[in-house]
Amino acid sequence: MLKARVIPCLDVKDGRVVKGINFVDLRDAGDPVEQARIYDAAGADELCFLDITASSDNRDTIFDVVRRTAEQCFMPLTVGGGVRSVDNVRDLLLSGADKVAINTAAVHRPELVREAAEKFGSQCIVIAVDAKSTGPGRWEVFTHGGREPTGIDAVAWARKMETLGAGEILLTSMDRDGTRQGFDIPATQTIADALSIPVIASGGVGNLDHLVAGIRKGHASAVLAASIFHFGEHTIGDAKAHMAAAGIPVRL
Amino acid sequence: MTTAIIDYGSGNLRSAAKAFERATAEAGLPGPIHVTSSAEVVAAADRIVLPGVGAFGNCRAGLGALPGMWDALEDAVIHKGRPFLGICVGMQLMADRGLEHGGADGFGWIAGEVRPLDPSCSQLKVPHMGWNDLQVNGEGQADDAVHPVLAEISPGDHVYFVHSFGFVCAHAKHRLAHVDYGGPVSAVIGRDNMIGTQFHPEKSQAVGLKFIENFLRWRP
Repeated sequence: MLKARVIPCLDVKDGRVVKGINFVDLRDAGDPVEQARIYDAAGADELCFLDITASSDNRDTIFDVVRRTAEQCFMPLTVGGGVRSVDNVRDLLLSGADKVAINTAAVHRPELVREAAEKFGSQCIVIAVDAKSTGPGRWEVFTHGGREPTGIDAVAWARKMETLGAGEILLTSMDRDGTRQGFDIPATQTIADALSIPVIASGGVGNLDHLVAGIRKGHASAVLAASIFHFGEHTIGDAKAHMAAAGIPVRL
Repeated sequence: MTTAIIDYGSGNLRSAAKAFERATAEAGLPGPIHVTSSAEVVAAADRIVLPGVGAFGNCRAGLGALPGMWDALEDAVIHKGRPFLGICVGMQLMADRGLEHGGADGFGWIAGEVRPLDPSCSQLKVPHMGWNDLQVNGEGQADDAVHPVLAEISPGDHVYFVHSFGFVCAHAKHRLAHVDYGGPVSAVIGRDNMIGTQFHPEKSQAVGLKFIENFLRWRP
Protein backbone atom coordinates (compact mmCIF):
# COMPACT_ATOMS: atom_id res chain seq x y z
CA MET A 1 0.00 0.00 0.00
CA LEU A 2 1.22 3.49 -0.84
CA LYS A 3 2.06 5.48 2.28
CA ALA A 4 1.26 9.08 3.18
CA ARG A 5 4.47 11.10 2.94
CA VAL A 6 5.97 13.42 5.54
CA ILE A 7 8.14 16.12 3.94
CA PRO A 8 10.26 18.57 5.92
CA CYS A 9 11.00 21.82 4.10
CA LEU A 10 14.12 23.94 4.50
CA ASP A 11 14.36 27.59 3.47
CA VAL A 12 17.73 28.23 1.86
CA LYS A 13 19.14 31.71 1.23
CA ASP A 14 22.49 32.32 -0.43
CA GLY A 15 23.32 28.66 0.10
CA ARG A 16 22.60 28.73 3.83
CA VAL A 17 19.63 27.47 5.83
CA VAL A 18 17.52 30.34 7.15
CA LYS A 19 14.93 28.37 9.06
CA GLY A 20 16.30 25.00 10.06
CA ILE A 21 16.90 22.55 12.82
CA ASN A 22 18.47 24.15 15.82
CA PHE A 23 20.17 21.23 17.51
CA VAL A 24 23.15 21.74 19.75
CA ASP A 25 25.14 18.90 18.24
CA LEU A 26 25.14 20.37 14.75
CA ARG A 27 28.60 21.32 13.58
CA ASP A 28 27.16 23.89 11.21
CA ALA A 29 23.45 24.56 11.65
CA GLY A 30 23.48 26.78 8.58
CA ASP A 31 24.65 24.03 6.25
CA PRO A 32 21.67 22.68 4.28
CA VAL A 33 23.51 19.44 3.57
CA GLU A 34 24.02 18.70 7.23
CA GLN A 35 20.33 19.30 7.90
CA ALA A 36 19.40 17.13 4.95
CA ARG A 37 21.47 14.29 6.40
CA ILE A 38 19.63 14.54 9.70
CA TYR A 39 16.26 14.30 7.99
CA ASP A 40 17.52 11.45 5.81
CA ALA A 41 18.63 9.51 8.88
CA ALA A 42 15.35 10.34 10.65
CA GLY A 43 13.32 8.67 7.91
CA ALA A 44 11.80 11.69 6.18
CA ASP A 45 10.00 10.49 3.05
CA GLU A 46 11.24 13.34 0.89
CA LEU A 47 13.04 16.61 1.43
CA CYS A 48 12.16 20.04 0.06
CA PHE A 49 14.52 22.98 -0.38
CA LEU A 50 12.91 26.35 -0.95
CA ASP A 51 15.49 28.75 -2.36
CA ILE A 52 14.66 32.26 -1.17
CA THR A 53 17.85 33.86 -2.43
CA ALA A 54 16.92 37.37 -3.49
CA SER A 55 20.02 38.48 -5.35
CA SER A 56 20.56 37.02 -8.79
CA ASP A 57 24.31 37.11 -8.06
CA ASN A 58 23.90 34.30 -5.56
CA ARG A 59 21.41 32.19 -7.46
CA ASP A 60 24.02 29.58 -8.36
CA THR A 61 24.57 28.77 -4.69
CA ILE A 62 21.56 26.44 -4.73
CA PHE A 63 23.17 24.21 -7.35
CA ASP A 64 26.09 23.47 -5.08
CA VAL A 65 23.72 22.77 -2.18
CA VAL A 66 21.67 20.37 -4.29
CA ARG A 67 24.78 18.69 -5.68
CA ARG A 68 26.30 18.06 -2.27
CA THR A 69 22.97 16.87 -0.85
CA ALA A 70 22.41 14.40 -3.67
CA GLU A 71 25.87 12.95 -3.09
CA GLN A 72 25.04 12.06 0.48
CA CYS A 73 21.29 11.62 0.80
CA PHE A 74 19.65 8.83 -1.16
CA MET A 75 16.11 10.14 -0.85
CA PRO A 76 13.83 12.18 -3.11
CA LEU A 77 14.62 15.89 -3.19
CA THR A 78 12.36 18.69 -4.41
CA VAL A 79 13.80 22.15 -5.06
CA GLY A 80 11.73 25.29 -5.61
CA GLY A 81 12.12 29.04 -5.63
CA GLY A 82 13.10 31.29 -8.52
CA VAL A 83 12.59 28.68 -11.25
CA ARG A 84 11.88 30.66 -14.42
CA SER A 85 12.75 28.59 -17.45
CA VAL A 86 13.22 25.12 -18.88
CA ASP A 87 16.97 25.74 -18.50
CA ASN A 88 16.52 26.44 -14.78
CA VAL A 89 14.63 23.17 -14.43
CA ARG A 90 17.34 21.29 -16.28
CA ASP A 91 20.13 22.83 -14.20
CA LEU A 92 18.43 21.80 -10.97
CA LEU A 93 17.74 18.27 -12.21
CA LEU A 94 21.32 17.90 -13.40
CA SER A 95 22.53 19.08 -10.00
CA GLY A 96 20.61 16.23 -8.39
CA ALA A 97 17.08 17.44 -7.70
CA ASP A 98 14.42 14.82 -8.38
CA LYS A 99 11.58 17.30 -8.69
CA VAL A 100 11.45 21.00 -9.35
CA ALA A 101 8.69 23.24 -7.99
CA ILE A 102 7.49 26.10 -10.19
CA ASN A 103 5.17 28.89 -9.05
CA THR A 104 5.40 32.45 -10.38
CA ALA A 105 6.86 31.49 -13.76
CA ALA A 106 3.94 29.12 -14.41
CA VAL A 107 1.50 31.99 -13.83
CA HIS A 108 3.44 34.25 -16.18
CA ARG A 109 3.69 31.59 -18.86
CA PRO A 110 1.68 28.39 -18.33
CA GLU A 111 3.22 26.81 -21.44
CA LEU A 112 6.45 26.51 -19.46
CA VAL A 113 4.78 23.69 -17.52
CA ARG A 114 3.97 21.78 -20.69
CA GLU A 115 7.46 22.33 -22.09
CA ALA A 116 9.16 21.20 -18.90
CA ALA A 117 6.89 18.17 -18.49
CA GLU A 118 7.42 17.07 -22.08
CA LYS A 119 11.15 17.48 -21.81
CA PHE A 120 11.79 15.96 -18.38
CA GLY A 121 8.60 14.05 -17.58
CA SER A 122 5.60 14.97 -15.46
CA GLN A 123 7.07 13.09 -12.50
CA CYS A 124 9.58 15.87 -11.84
CA ILE A 125 7.32 18.90 -12.31
CA VAL A 126 5.69 20.13 -9.11
CA ILE A 127 3.49 23.19 -9.31
CA ALA A 128 3.57 25.27 -6.14
CA VAL A 129 0.21 26.96 -5.66
CA ASP A 130 0.06 29.71 -3.03
CA ALA A 131 -3.65 30.18 -2.32
CA LYS A 132 -5.57 32.70 -0.28
CA SER A 133 -9.25 32.50 0.65
CA THR A 134 -11.54 34.98 -1.11
CA GLY A 135 -14.83 33.68 0.29
CA PRO A 136 -16.48 30.38 1.14
CA GLY A 137 -15.19 27.68 -1.19
CA ARG A 138 -13.06 30.12 -3.20
CA TRP A 139 -9.32 30.65 -3.25
CA GLU A 140 -7.08 32.92 -5.30
CA VAL A 141 -3.58 32.14 -6.58
CA PHE A 142 -0.79 34.42 -5.31
CA THR A 143 2.75 34.71 -6.64
CA HIS A 144 6.09 36.17 -5.52
CA GLY A 145 6.07 34.36 -2.19
CA GLY A 146 2.45 35.27 -1.53
CA ARG A 147 2.77 39.00 -2.16
CA GLU A 148 1.15 39.38 -5.57
CA PRO A 149 -2.52 38.56 -6.22
CA THR A 150 -3.31 37.17 -9.66
CA GLY A 151 -7.10 37.04 -9.79
CA ILE A 152 -6.81 33.36 -10.79
CA ASP A 153 -9.10 30.80 -9.14
CA ALA A 154 -6.89 28.24 -7.40
CA VAL A 155 -9.04 25.19 -8.16
CA ALA A 156 -9.30 25.98 -11.87
CA TRP A 157 -5.58 26.78 -11.89
CA ALA A 158 -4.62 23.47 -10.31
CA ARG A 159 -6.77 21.63 -12.87
CA LYS A 160 -5.11 23.54 -15.69
CA MET A 161 -1.66 22.68 -14.34
CA GLU A 162 -2.59 19.00 -14.27
CA THR A 163 -3.75 19.21 -17.88
CA LEU A 164 -0.48 20.86 -18.91
CA GLY A 165 1.51 18.01 -17.39
CA ALA A 166 2.22 18.79 -13.74
CA GLY A 167 2.94 15.62 -11.76
CA GLU A 168 2.07 17.00 -8.36
CA ILE A 169 0.65 20.11 -6.67
CA LEU A 170 2.26 21.70 -3.61
CA LEU A 171 -0.61 23.67 -2.10
CA THR A 172 0.32 26.32 0.46
CA SER A 173 -2.34 28.30 2.25
CA MET A 174 -1.27 31.93 2.52
CA ASP A 175 -3.91 32.40 5.22
CA ARG A 176 -2.43 29.67 7.37
CA ASP A 177 1.29 29.82 6.59
CA GLY A 178 3.15 30.72 9.78
CA THR A 179 0.02 30.72 11.96
CA ARG A 180 0.46 27.21 13.41
CA GLN A 181 -3.34 26.81 13.25
CA GLY A 182 -3.30 23.89 10.84
CA PHE A 183 -3.74 23.43 7.11
CA ASP A 184 -6.58 25.11 5.23
CA ILE A 185 -8.57 21.87 5.09
CA PRO A 186 -11.39 23.03 2.79
CA ALA A 187 -8.89 24.34 0.22
CA THR A 188 -6.79 21.18 0.42
CA GLN A 189 -9.76 18.87 0.16
CA THR A 190 -11.39 20.80 -2.69
CA ILE A 191 -8.22 20.80 -4.78
CA ALA A 192 -7.18 17.23 -3.91
CA ASP A 193 -10.63 15.94 -4.87
CA ALA A 194 -10.63 17.93 -8.11
CA LEU A 195 -7.36 16.37 -9.37
CA SER A 196 -6.06 12.95 -10.21
CA ILE A 197 -2.44 13.90 -9.40
CA PRO A 198 -1.15 13.97 -5.80
CA VAL A 199 -1.48 17.09 -3.65
CA ILE A 200 0.97 18.05 -0.90
CA ALA A 201 -0.64 20.04 1.92
CA SER A 202 1.45 22.93 3.23
CA GLY A 203 1.16 25.96 5.47
CA GLY A 204 0.06 26.24 9.08
CA VAL A 205 1.19 23.07 10.82
CA GLY A 206 1.41 23.68 14.58
CA ASN A 207 0.94 20.21 15.99
CA LEU A 208 0.85 16.57 14.95
CA ASP A 209 -2.94 16.41 14.75
CA HIS A 210 -2.70 18.91 11.92
CA LEU A 211 -0.71 16.38 9.88
CA VAL A 212 -3.42 13.77 10.44
CA ALA A 213 -6.11 16.23 9.37
CA GLY A 214 -4.24 17.12 6.18
CA ILE A 215 -4.34 13.51 5.03
CA ARG A 216 -7.65 12.38 6.50
CA LYS A 217 -9.81 15.46 5.99
CA GLY A 218 -7.80 17.29 3.37
CA HIS A 219 -7.30 14.15 1.25
CA ALA A 220 -3.68 15.17 0.64
CA SER A 221 -1.15 12.52 -0.41
CA ALA A 222 1.64 14.17 1.57
CA VAL A 223 2.14 16.75 4.29
CA LEU A 224 4.87 19.36 4.32
CA ALA A 225 6.02 21.16 7.44
CA ALA A 226 8.92 23.30 8.53
CA SER A 227 8.97 24.82 11.98
CA ILE A 228 7.52 21.92 14.01
CA PHE A 229 10.51 19.85 12.92
CA HIS A 230 13.19 22.50 12.88
CA PHE A 231 12.78 23.65 16.45
CA GLY A 232 12.97 20.12 17.77
CA GLU A 233 9.39 20.13 19.07
CA HIS A 234 8.72 16.96 17.12
CA THR A 235 10.82 14.50 15.20
CA ILE A 236 9.87 12.88 11.91
CA GLY A 237 9.45 9.68 13.94
CA ASP A 238 6.99 11.38 16.33
CA ALA A 239 4.99 12.65 13.39
CA LYS A 240 4.78 9.24 11.74
CA ALA A 241 3.98 7.41 14.97
CA HIS A 242 1.18 9.88 15.63
CA MET A 243 -0.21 9.47 12.13
CA ALA A 244 0.05 5.68 12.36
CA ALA A 245 -1.80 5.71 15.68
CA ALA A 246 -4.55 7.67 13.95
CA GLY A 247 -4.82 4.91 11.36
CA ILE A 248 -2.97 6.62 8.50
CA PRO A 249 -0.62 4.32 6.58
CA VAL A 250 2.94 5.65 6.89
CA ARG A 251 6.40 4.23 6.36
CA LEU A 252 7.78 3.62 9.85
CA MET B 1 34.88 -5.19 -11.71
CA THR B 2 33.58 -2.24 -13.69
CA THR B 3 29.98 -1.10 -13.69
CA ALA B 4 28.72 1.07 -16.54
CA ILE B 5 25.77 3.38 -15.91
CA ILE B 6 24.48 4.40 -19.32
CA ASP B 7 24.03 8.14 -19.81
CA TYR B 8 21.67 8.78 -22.71
CA GLY B 9 20.42 12.20 -21.77
CA SER B 10 17.63 10.90 -19.60
CA GLY B 11 17.71 13.05 -16.51
CA ASN B 12 20.14 13.15 -13.68
CA LEU B 13 22.55 10.29 -13.14
CA ARG B 14 24.46 11.87 -10.29
CA SER B 15 22.42 10.30 -7.53
CA ALA B 16 22.44 6.91 -9.25
CA ALA B 17 26.22 7.04 -9.63
CA LYS B 18 26.69 8.20 -6.04
CA ALA B 19 24.42 5.48 -4.71
CA PHE B 20 26.41 2.83 -6.60
CA GLU B 21 29.66 4.30 -5.31
CA ARG B 22 28.33 4.26 -1.76
CA ALA B 23 27.08 0.69 -2.02
CA THR B 24 30.40 -0.39 -3.56
CA ALA B 25 32.41 1.23 -0.79
CA GLU B 26 30.22 0.01 2.07
CA ALA B 27 30.30 -3.57 0.82
CA GLY B 28 34.04 -3.42 0.16
CA LEU B 29 33.49 -4.38 -3.46
CA PRO B 30 36.12 -3.65 -6.09
CA GLY B 31 35.81 -1.66 -9.23
CA PRO B 32 34.94 1.73 -10.57
CA ILE B 33 31.51 3.03 -11.54
CA HIS B 34 31.52 4.64 -14.98
CA VAL B 35 28.77 6.99 -16.09
CA THR B 36 29.09 6.73 -19.86
CA SER B 37 27.52 7.29 -23.25
CA SER B 38 30.21 5.23 -24.96
CA ALA B 39 29.31 1.88 -26.51
CA GLU B 40 32.93 0.76 -26.04
CA VAL B 41 32.81 1.36 -22.29
CA VAL B 42 29.53 -0.56 -22.06
CA ALA B 43 30.95 -3.41 -24.13
CA ALA B 44 33.91 -3.70 -21.77
CA ALA B 45 31.93 -3.40 -18.51
CA ASP B 46 31.30 -6.33 -16.19
CA ARG B 47 27.90 -4.98 -15.16
CA ILE B 48 25.49 -2.63 -16.89
CA VAL B 49 22.91 -0.28 -15.41
CA LEU B 50 20.28 1.48 -17.51
CA PRO B 51 18.51 4.23 -15.57
CA GLY B 52 15.77 6.34 -17.08
CA VAL B 53 13.20 8.96 -16.28
CA GLY B 54 10.63 10.59 -18.50
CA ALA B 55 8.67 9.10 -21.37
CA PHE B 56 9.24 5.62 -22.82
CA GLY B 57 9.51 6.77 -26.44
CA ASN B 58 11.94 9.61 -25.63
CA CYS B 59 14.17 7.27 -23.68
CA ARG B 60 14.14 4.70 -26.48
CA ALA B 61 15.03 7.39 -28.99
CA GLY B 62 17.75 8.82 -26.71
CA LEU B 63 19.36 5.41 -26.36
CA GLY B 64 19.08 4.79 -30.10
CA ALA B 65 20.87 8.07 -30.79
CA LEU B 66 24.08 6.83 -29.15
CA PRO B 67 26.30 5.29 -31.85
CA GLY B 68 26.69 1.54 -31.44
CA MET B 69 24.98 1.49 -28.04
CA TRP B 70 22.12 -0.75 -29.02
CA ASP B 71 24.43 -3.42 -30.48
CA ALA B 72 26.79 -3.16 -27.51
CA LEU B 73 23.91 -3.66 -25.08
CA GLU B 74 22.41 -6.57 -26.93
CA ASP B 75 25.81 -8.25 -27.26
CA ALA B 76 26.76 -7.76 -23.59
CA VAL B 77 23.40 -8.70 -22.08
CA ILE B 78 21.96 -11.28 -24.45
CA HIS B 79 25.06 -12.94 -25.88
CA LYS B 80 27.64 -12.51 -23.12
CA GLY B 81 25.18 -12.76 -20.23
CA ARG B 82 26.55 -9.80 -18.26
CA PRO B 83 24.40 -8.76 -15.28
CA PHE B 84 22.01 -5.99 -16.29
CA LEU B 85 19.86 -3.71 -14.13
CA GLY B 86 17.18 -1.43 -15.59
CA ILE B 87 15.74 1.27 -13.34
CA CYS B 88 12.28 2.82 -13.86
CA VAL B 89 11.97 3.59 -17.59
CA GLY B 90 15.26 1.68 -18.00
CA MET B 91 13.34 -1.34 -16.72
CA GLN B 92 10.29 -0.62 -18.84
CA LEU B 93 12.45 -0.60 -21.98
CA MET B 94 13.00 -4.34 -21.50
CA ALA B 95 9.38 -4.90 -22.59
CA ASP B 96 8.16 -5.73 -26.09
CA ARG B 97 6.33 -2.47 -26.27
CA GLY B 98 5.42 0.68 -24.35
CA LEU B 99 2.06 2.36 -24.88
CA GLU B 100 3.04 5.84 -23.68
CA HIS B 101 2.42 8.69 -26.18
CA GLY B 102 1.16 6.47 -28.99
CA GLY B 103 3.56 3.62 -28.37
CA ALA B 104 7.10 2.54 -29.13
CA ASP B 105 8.95 -0.75 -29.31
CA GLY B 106 11.10 -1.84 -26.40
CA PHE B 107 14.03 -4.29 -26.41
CA GLY B 108 11.75 -7.33 -26.26
CA TRP B 109 13.95 -8.94 -23.59
CA ILE B 110 11.13 -9.73 -21.20
CA ALA B 111 7.75 -10.52 -22.71
CA GLY B 112 5.19 -7.92 -21.75
CA GLU B 113 3.82 -4.44 -22.29
CA VAL B 114 4.15 -1.14 -20.48
CA ARG B 115 0.62 0.14 -19.93
CA PRO B 116 -0.95 3.10 -18.13
CA LEU B 117 -1.59 2.51 -14.45
CA ASP B 118 -5.30 2.02 -13.94
CA PRO B 119 -5.98 1.54 -10.24
CA SER B 120 -9.27 -0.22 -9.56
CA CYS B 121 -10.05 2.44 -6.97
CA SER B 122 -10.59 5.80 -8.67
CA GLN B 123 -9.47 7.69 -5.56
CA LEU B 124 -5.91 6.50 -6.05
CA LYS B 125 -3.74 9.15 -7.67
CA VAL B 126 -1.64 8.78 -10.80
CA PRO B 127 1.40 9.13 -10.81
CA HIS B 128 1.90 6.42 -8.20
CA MET B 129 4.27 8.57 -6.17
CA GLY B 130 5.90 7.73 -2.88
CA TRP B 131 6.85 4.77 -0.69
CA ASN B 132 5.18 1.41 -1.12
CA ASP B 133 5.97 -1.93 0.53
CA LEU B 134 7.39 -4.77 -1.55
CA GLN B 135 5.74 -8.16 -1.81
CA VAL B 136 8.58 -10.44 -2.85
CA ASN B 137 7.64 -13.56 -4.80
CA GLY B 138 8.79 -16.77 -3.18
CA GLU B 139 8.95 -15.14 0.27
CA GLY B 140 8.31 -17.74 2.95
CA GLN B 141 8.86 -20.60 0.52
CA ALA B 142 12.02 -22.60 0.00
CA ASP B 143 15.19 -20.55 0.46
CA ASP B 144 16.09 -20.60 -3.18
CA ALA B 145 12.71 -19.20 -4.27
CA VAL B 146 13.77 -15.60 -3.63
CA HIS B 147 15.88 -13.94 -6.29
CA PRO B 148 19.43 -13.27 -5.00
CA VAL B 149 19.14 -9.54 -5.76
CA LEU B 150 16.15 -9.46 -3.38
CA ALA B 151 17.99 -11.30 -0.60
CA GLU B 152 17.56 -9.74 2.85
CA ILE B 153 14.85 -7.42 1.54
CA SER B 154 12.22 -8.12 4.19
CA PRO B 155 8.47 -8.25 3.75
CA GLY B 156 7.18 -4.76 4.35
CA ASP B 157 10.39 -2.99 3.32
CA HIS B 158 9.49 0.22 1.53
CA VAL B 159 10.94 1.59 -1.70
CA TYR B 160 10.30 4.83 -3.60
CA PHE B 161 8.15 4.93 -6.73
CA VAL B 162 7.22 7.65 -9.16
CA HIS B 163 5.56 6.47 -12.37
CA SER B 164 2.33 6.51 -14.35
CA PHE B 165 2.94 3.41 -16.48
CA GLY B 166 3.57 -0.14 -15.32
CA PHE B 167 5.20 -3.29 -16.70
CA VAL B 168 2.61 -6.00 -17.34
CA CYS B 169 4.54 -9.28 -17.71
CA ALA B 170 3.27 -11.87 -20.18
CA HIS B 171 4.63 -14.60 -17.88
CA ALA B 172 3.99 -14.42 -14.13
CA LYS B 173 7.38 -16.00 -13.38
CA HIS B 174 9.15 -12.87 -14.65
CA ARG B 175 7.51 -10.69 -11.99
CA LEU B 176 9.83 -11.12 -9.00
CA ALA B 177 8.16 -8.60 -6.69
CA HIS B 178 5.14 -6.34 -6.78
CA VAL B 179 3.38 -3.66 -4.77
CA ASP B 180 -0.30 -3.11 -4.24
CA TYR B 181 -1.73 0.01 -5.84
CA GLY B 182 -5.35 -0.68 -6.64
CA GLY B 183 -4.14 -4.12 -7.75
CA PRO B 184 -0.68 -5.59 -8.17
CA VAL B 185 1.92 -3.39 -9.89
CA SER B 186 5.26 -4.87 -11.05
CA ALA B 187 8.05 -3.64 -8.78
CA VAL B 188 10.87 -5.99 -9.83
CA ILE B 189 11.02 -8.05 -13.00
CA GLY B 190 13.75 -10.28 -14.31
CA ARG B 191 15.01 -13.43 -15.92
CA ASP B 192 18.44 -15.04 -16.27
CA ASN B 193 21.09 -12.28 -16.06
CA MET B 194 18.72 -9.33 -16.27
CA ILE B 195 16.67 -7.56 -13.64
CA GLY B 196 14.68 -4.35 -13.55
CA THR B 197 13.06 -2.21 -10.87
CA GLN B 198 10.12 0.11 -11.27
CA PHE B 199 11.17 1.80 -8.03
CA HIS B 200 14.27 3.94 -7.61
CA PRO B 201 16.86 2.08 -5.51
CA GLU B 202 19.06 5.20 -5.59
CA LYS B 203 16.26 7.08 -3.80
CA SER B 204 15.17 4.35 -1.42
CA GLN B 205 17.58 5.00 1.44
CA ALA B 206 18.97 1.90 3.22
CA VAL B 207 16.76 -0.64 1.42
CA GLY B 208 17.79 0.81 -1.94
CA LEU B 209 21.49 0.64 -1.11
CA LYS B 210 21.08 -2.99 -0.01
CA PHE B 211 19.41 -3.80 -3.32
CA ILE B 212 22.26 -2.14 -5.24
CA GLU B 213 24.82 -4.06 -3.20
CA ASN B 214 22.97 -7.31 -3.98
CA PHE B 215 23.06 -6.48 -7.68
CA LEU B 216 26.79 -5.75 -7.54
CA ARG B 217 27.40 -9.13 -5.85
CA TRP B 218 25.06 -11.05 -8.13
CA ARG B 219 26.56 -13.83 -10.24
CA PRO B 220 23.78 -15.06 -12.48
